[in-house]
Amino acid sequence: MNVSTGEAGSRSEIIHPLWLRLTHWLNLLAVLMMVTSGWRIYNASPLFDFNFPAEITLGGWLGGALQWHFAAMWLFGFNGLFYLVMNVASGRIKRKFWPLNLRGLLADISAALRGKLQHSDPHHYNMVQRLAYLFVMFDGVILVLSGLVLWKSVQFPLLRELLGGYETARYVHFLAMASLLGFVLLHVVMVAVVPKTLLAMLRGR
Amino acid sequence: MKKMIRTIFSPAETQDVVNEAQRLIARQLESSSRRRFLRQGLTLGGVAMLTGCDISDNAGVEKALNSVSGFNDRVQHWLFGSDRLAPEYPESAITRPFPFNAFYGEEDIPQVSGEDYRLNIAGKVLDKRSWSLPELYNMAQVSQVTRHICVEGWSAIGKWGGVPFADFLRLIGADLSAQYISFKCADDYYTSIDMKTALHPQTLLALTYDGQILPPKYGYPMKLRMPTKLGYKNPKHIQVIEVTNTFPGGYWEDQGYNWFGGS
Repeated sequence: MNVSTGEAGSRSEIIHPLWLRLTHWLNLLAVLMMVTSGWRIYNASPLFDFNFPAEITLGGWLGGALQWHFAAMWLFGFNGLFYLVMNVASGRIKRKFWPLNLRGLLADISAALRGKLQHSDPHHYNMVQRLAYLFVMFDGVILVLSGLVLWKSVQFPLLRELLGGYETARYVHFLAMASLLGFVLLHVVMVAVVPKTLLAMLRGR
Repeated sequence: MKKMIRTIFSPAETQDVVNEAQRLIARQLESSSRRRFLRQGLTLGGVAMLTGCDISDNAGVEKALNSVSGFNDRVQHWLFGSDRLAPEYPESAITRPFPFNAFYGEEDIPQVSGEDYRLNIAGKVLDKRSWSLPELYNMAQVSQVTRHICVEGWSAIGKWGGVPFADFLRLIGADLSAQYISFKCADDYYTSIDMKTALHPQTLLALTYDGQILPPKYGYPMKLRMPTKLGYKNPKHIQVIEVTNTFPGGYWEDQGYNWFGGS
């Protein structure tokens, strides 16, 4: 009964190893701090014609927000780095996110739009999930790199030029933040639709 | 203790406490100040601040954030490239008008008399005589078109001219192994920098802006210009330069801005 058969696996099989669950929840904490303090920093010199409501920002004033942002960045950066290294080293990234092809993706997107896409088996990611998770990994890397340019534009000349200079990096950083929020919104909705995925992220099964 | 106060009251009860407090205090006030008090009112945010449980106001959190900021100072000191130059731009890239920025409005810009002006030197320096403006103008000058990055996020490109600070420090026999250089200014601003940045080739005692004598709003008669640091590290209207090993802090830095403030 209890013989593991690869993908299909038994009920008690671990879906998310401990390192993944830890980095997931630490990342949530880091992202919360980074985004809310980042909004406060944005408000000091808005790029667009709006401000974030002060009540939902962190830090109380620009100096406080900067302190939070430049403290939480270490957690966001190193937790994210550990997650990526473990993902590659353990082979999980290949197991879970490979293959990703355009035809399969289009088929899955069309199925999703018709409400017919299977996403209730947490052992297996469909093409849309694969794309979403790979995208958010990429987005996190962009957030860190553009953040480094904003933090130390003189000290990282290559990164600065790659991102189009200091002023462009501000927009890149903002859009990467907005993309992350877009992912989070979709992610939370999907978890609400399939609540057992939340259990899996808490207890591993 | 403080945390408990918050959890004892539900939001509705908190509002009751606020209302009761407003009523009690209002009774004690003169009618004119009562009107003002009621207009401004007690707010829930104000009560949260009184209970001290806003997470940013928590003393332990503040201490932790300050120590990370100190750690970030050391990281920046390590990252700082003594010969790594900030990008320079053509004059056509200069931002016009270049923004005025200070901890006060333009109406409070100090009016320094050029004739009476003396730059005073203090601390670990061999030659402590003070400098008049013509003496500073007579030194060899260079200029740069660089990006000024404000801690608020915006940036602007300007052209500054003046004396390389490293040349000046060597000329006055400053102890180049000292840790800090502090600046005291005519607008009561003060700040300090590390020796590595002081000796950076793009760090200038700026005497001109865009080819003209430095105007009052940009720091007449002299400011320190460092394209490797954020705007608040670039003091204007400098009166005293001191070389020291005692941490001098700064106007904004003492309130929580990161001390190194590099870019």
